[in-house]
Amino acid sequence: MKRIYVNEKWCLGCHLCEYYCAFANSGKNDMVKALKNITINPRIRIEEHNNVSFAVSCRHCEEPLCVKSCITGALTIKDGVISVNSDKCVGCYTCILSCPYGCISPSDQGAIQKCELCVKNAGGSPACVKGCPNKAIEWVER
Amino acid sequence: MPIDFLYPEYEVIRDNTRCITCRVCERQCANEVHHYDKELNMMFSDESKCVVCHRCVSLCPTRALKIVKTDNTFKENANWTGDAITEVYRQAGTGGVLLSSMGNPKPYPIYWDKMLINASQVTNPSIDPLREPMETRTFLGKKPTKVEYDQKGGIINNLTPQLDLKVPIMFSAMSYGSISYNAHESLARAAKELGTFYNTGEGGLHKDFYKYGKNTIVQVASGRFGVYKDYLEQGSAIEIKIGQGAKPGIGGHLPGAKIVGDISKTRMIPEGSDAISPAPHHDIYSIEDLRQLVYSLKEATNYKKPVIVKIAAVHNVAAIASGIARGGADIIAIDGYRGGTGAAPTRIRDNVGIPIELALASVDQRLRDEGIRGNVSVVVGGSVRNSADIVKAIALGADAVYIGTSALLALGCHQCRSCQTGRCNWGIATQRPELVRRLNPNIGYERLVNLVHAWEHEIKEMMGGMGINSIEALRGNRLMLRGIGLNEKELSILGIKHAGE
Amino acid sequence: MLREGEVRIPAGCAISGIIAKDGEKFNGEDIIKSISVMRDRSNGLGGGFAAYGIYPEFKDYYAFHVFYDSTKAKEDCEAYINKYFETVSMSKMPTRQMKEITDEPLIWRYFVRPLQYTLFQKQVAEDEFVFQSVMFINVNIDGAFVFSSGKDMGAFKAVGFPEDVGEYYRLEEYEGYCWTAHGRYPTNTPGWWGGAHPFAMLDCSVVHNGEISSYDANRRYIEMMGYNCTLQTDTEAITYIIDYLVRQQGMTYEDAASVMAAPFWSTIESMPKAQREKMTYLRNAFASMLITGPFSILVGFTGGLMALNDRLKLRSMVIGERKNKVYIASEEAAIRVIQPDLDNIWAPKGGEPVVIRVNGGAL
Repeated sequence: MKRIYVNEKWCLGCHLCEYYCAFANSGKNDMVKALKNITINPRIRIEEHNNVSFAVSCRHCEEPLCVKSCITGALTIKDGVISVNSDKCVGCYTCILSCPYGCISPSDQGAIQKCELCVKNAGGSPACVKGCPNKAIEWVER
Repeated sequence: MPIDFLYPEYEVIRDNTRCITCRVCERQCANEVHHYDKELNMMFSDESKCVVCHRCVSLCPTRALKIVKTDNTFKENANWTGDAITEVYRQAGTGGVLLSSMGNPKPYPIYWDKMLINASQVTNPSIDPLREPMETRTFLGKKPTKVEYDQKGGIINNLTPQLDLKVPIMFSAMSYGSISYNAHESLARAAKELGTFYNTGEGGLHKDFYKYGKNTIVQVASGRFGVYKDYLEQGSAIEIKIGQGAKPGIGGHLPGAKIVGDISKTRMIPEGSDAISPAPHHDIYSIEDLRQLVYSLKEATNYKKPVIVKIAAVHNVAAIASGIARGGADIIAIDGYRGGTGAAPTRIRDNVGIPIELALASVDQRLRDEGIRGNVSVVVGGSVRNSADIVKAIALGADAVYIGTSALLALGCHQCRSCQTGRCNWGIATQRPELVRRLNPNIGYERLVNLVHAWEHEIKEMMGGMGINSIEALRGNRLMLRGIGLNEKELSILGIKHAGE
Repeated sequence: MLREGEVRIPAGCAISGIIAKDGEKFNGEDIIKSISVMRDRSNGLGGGFAAYGIYPEFKDYYAFHVFYDSTKAKEDCEAYINKYFETVSMSKMPTRQMKEITDEPLIWRYFVRPLQYTLFQKQVAEDEFVFQSVMFINVNIDGAFVFSSGKDMGAFKAVGFPEDVGEYYRLEEYEGYCWTAHGRYPTNTPGWWGGAHPFAMLDCSVVHNGEISSYDANRRYIEMMGYNCTLQTDTEAITYIIDYLVRQQGMTYEDAASVMAAPFWSTIESMPKAQREKMTYLRNAFASMLITGPFSILVGFTGGLMALNDRLKLRSMVIGERKNKVYIASEEAAIRVIQPDLDNIWAPKGGEPVVIRVNGGAL
């Protein structure tokens, strides 16, 4: 299965992936309209220390702890993609506590949010990958 | 001093209705042009620091940025131009030599653009490269004057070492130090993939790149940095650099600040010491001295590698080339006055040397007049901008071309001409790790390969149009060129007729 | 109007050749008949023939056929010949007056041999000296043009249709073992007899149909080797290349063909090692003598004939065989008209030389 891989060697810490992610999941058709004058809450986050930086987003684990821990069955894994049904999510945040990578976060709409590889939005393929200027984020089969 | 104030030549224009304050411009500008004001939640820029490298423009996700030429002007004067006045102020303020990067930008004639290429109509057919073989393979090196047969009538291979190129395009010398590790890796990998060569320049060869040796030309220049036995043996050819088109008659200077880590190791000089290449080779004060160096290098490598001698195109280039051809060199590389550089004195870059087109035409003709064109191959560089320039160069008589600036552009260079600052935002002409990282060789090498493939396709199309299906039949085929807007003298030097003749 | 040599004139053409493998001699009637069938391929602006074995009585002497524009040119040229050569016979070229052939120059024929003393003094081989002398006359003696200079062979050419040219030169009176012919279709009017084909140097004569795209690359390289391309024609350049490769470099005609119409690299890669190395060597070492663009040529030489097409076969050429004779022509019709019953007929592949040697090369 194609997965997102991040190579810290090429990550520039430019944070563009965060903005492309936020835009892709905004449901708006214009980046300015979507992101102007807001603090973005993306599903991918750059972690930085000294001169090392890299982007962190859901690993789509084969045996996902978040899915196991979800008390309502809102998190499911299908064809290797872990996605959330926000109608079922009660916002208990157990998944956030159980994710070893810290890849799940509260959503602005009350439920939780996580990377769903842009399968549900208009992007079709991960927007962070397309937007990375240095191919530090790749969506490939390995 | 207020007279030292110079209004920035370019202005950064930000469309605040589009700016989403993502701050990528701020993070990506090594010159610190942009900053974010938290109170106003707005981005601001200081164009006096801007070098016009377009990194921010290219990365801005909402196209909120553009760079424009300022309309601030001195009182207009065709003689005392804004540049001329500014330069006086700068020198009066500093007392220093003006430095510049990249090639001569002045509006001298570009002869490539004054030559037109032929095509077949009726009397002989054009050839479709998609349907018929179209050959660009080129061998560089001395050709034998006499074919020798053994007793059984078989041909004895009496060829001296040759370079075998799939396409007649090579990457010209750019040292590790002047450009980054990642830029070098991109060039080396692309050369391997393309079946051609890149050139180490005068900076030694990083051990990581020994594995690309079959596609490497190692350079020996006046500072002899990084030259030792292993180095000579790694490459497929050795280039003696006498001069460079951007700064004929001038040496080089890589500031100590750039001599760090691997660069110091590769150049074999202490960290932090300036790498100064003398103007001449101090063991070459004459043509016979050059001959000795050529043969020393051949001797050191068991006569297994062709030796290239690279010179800048200067007034007497034809006679010099003839001397080199008789001096044992296998290949002569000529660099025109528009050739690029990491740093050169501005006055030299802009006023010394001659156009490569004229130099090539006169060298090729002189070598033929003397019957020694077969002694050497001729490689030209110094602003080869596209495939048509290459076709014209080969038709004038070149065996192959060197591309430097075009290769850097493929890697992302935006010709901001600030290489000497060491703050290249594209990760090319810099040694700062956080900037070098910006050039991912996986991307870089692919872009170089794309560029050369694209040019190769175009060369084949143009050859096919002329009814030529192998590059050697184009070499020196000046009937395939016509001049446009050239005077009799220019036409006679180029050895071509005027359009309509 | 500029004369041939002052301007480069492209031309389309017809070619034809006949050779007797056993050396049997025959007169010029067949070759005239053959080339006349392809009248559409010429336009009356040039025709010519080469014949081998026609001067047995003077076979040790170089036969110079010379065009003169004036008696002054003739005097100058003869002064030069007399200075360096022994002349055993000289005469006006036998011709037939006819209305189709006009504007004729003075045409003279000399049977000559370089003086031994001259060769000794200049330390050159006999053929090299003859070559240099022909070059000298053609370049330096205004109005004189040596258009044939081999032993026991001759070229005959003029402005006109080839069949008229054959009649004009009374070719039915000559007998040779090999004949080639050429009808020319230049794209503008050269109006000068020297520009007609064949082009001959020493005993090598070339008739050519095509327009090579490598011309200036070839010309500039061969001129470096001391040749002087005064006519600016493909045929002249090709002849000099052959002279350089065969006479100066000592190559076989087959190897020379591998240089001029070299196999593609893709073909070379699939050859057995020894052949691959040889072809790679030839293509590399003699790269500037690769000829591209359309051509079909017949190369006459003492004791043989070579037919060669460009490597893409962009010009027609067929070969027929009947008993001891081999016929080669641009069109099959030009063979059938003189020999309807053929044992064998085929079109050689592009770049594949067909070399016929009289008595297997024993002549």
